[in-house]
Amino acid sequence: MSRALALLLLIVALGSSSQNAHAVDPLPFKDRAQEVRFQHLAKQLRCLVCQNQDLADSDADLAKDLRKQVFDMMQSGKSDDEIKQYLVARYNDFVLYDPPLKPGTWLLWFAPFALVAVGALVVVRILRGRAKLPLAASEPAAIESSAIDSEEDW
Amino acid sequence: MINRLLPLLVFIALAGLLAFGIHWNTHHEMTEVPSPLIGKPAPEFTLPLLYDSTKSLAQKDLLGKPYLLNVFGSWCPTCQYEHPILTAQIKPLGIKLIGLDWKDQADDAKRWLAQFGNPYDAVITDRDGRTGIDFGVYMAPETFLVDARGMVRYKRIGMFTPELVRDELMPKIAELGKVTQ
Repeated sequence: MSRALALLLLIVALGSSSQNAHAVDPLPFKDRAQEVRFQHLAKQLRCLVCQNQDLADSDADLAKDLRKQVFDMMQSGKSDDEIKQYLVARYNDFVLYDPPLKPGTWLLWFAPFALVAVGALVVVRILRGRAKLPLAASEPAAIESSAIDSEEDW
Repeated sequence: MINRLLPLLVFIALAGLLAFGIHWNTHHEMTEVPSPLIGKPAPEFTLPLLYDSTKSLAQKDLLGKPYLLNVFGSWCPTCQYEHPILTAQIKPLGIKLIGLDWKDQADDAKRWLAQFGNPYDAVITDRDGRTGIDFGVYMAPETFLVDARGMVRYKRIGMFTPELVRDELMPKIAELGKVTQ
C-alpha cells in the first residue's frame, strides 16, 4: 500500500517537474536572437499575480497574456524601453525589477547608504571616545571625557 | 548628557520604526500595486455586450455621467463573495454600474449572473483580457470609479466590504458630485 503511494507520489513529482520545464508557452520567435532578447526582457519584468516571480518564470494566466503582449509588441518593432513604458503606464514602476531613480524612489535607493554613513559616524565616535579614555578610568571620568568629546563632534 | 540618552533615543527610534511597520502591514494589502491611472483618463475600449454580442459599448459612450467599472469573472471565487455587496450596498448608491466580464466564457458568465443575480446596468465582455491589461487589472475583482469626464478617480483592488463601501467608495462618489456641480 505504502509502496503504491510512494510510486504515485513519484509519478506526480515527475509529472509536475516536466510541466515546469514547459512553463513558458511556445512563441513563434523569428530567430534565436529574438528569443534571447525576449527572455532577457521578461526576466526584468515582475509578474503581478505571483509578485516574487518574474514574467519569464510565472505560470499565472495573466503572465501568459503579458508575455504574449510583450511578444506582439516586439514583433511590431517596439524597443525594450517602449515595452517597459507600456507596462509601467498600466501597472506602475512595480512591474520593473530595477526601479528607476526618481524623487519617489530616493528613499529606496539612498536609505541603505545613509544608514551605513550613520553607522560609520557612530563607530568613529565610539572609537575616538575610547582612544581618549585614560587606562583604567573610573566610570564618572569616562562619562566626562565622552561628554567633552561629544561637544567637539557635534 | 546626550551620550547617556543616546541608547534610549536609538531604542525609541527603532521601536517607532517597527511600530510603523506593523501599522503599515496591517492597514495595507501587501500585494496591492497603486494604479498609475488615478487622475488620468480611463483607457479607451469598445467591447461587445454580454447579452447582445452584436452591440458594443465604448468608453466614449459612457462620458457625461460617472460610473463604476467592476471587473469580474465567473471563474473568480472572490467575485462571488463580493457579489452580495455589489447588490446590497453598491447598487443602491445610484451610480451606474458596469460589469467587465474579464477573461471569461460568455455562457459561464451568463450562468453565473443567472444564479446570483445581475446587479449591473450593462455587462461587457473582455474575452482575451486586452482591455483588462489596459486598465492594469491583475487581480479580479477590481473596481474603478470613473467621473463624468472619463477620468479614473479611484480604484479598489480586491473585493469591496461594507466598511470599504462606507469609508472609501461613498466619500469618493460624494467628492465627484462636488466637482461636477
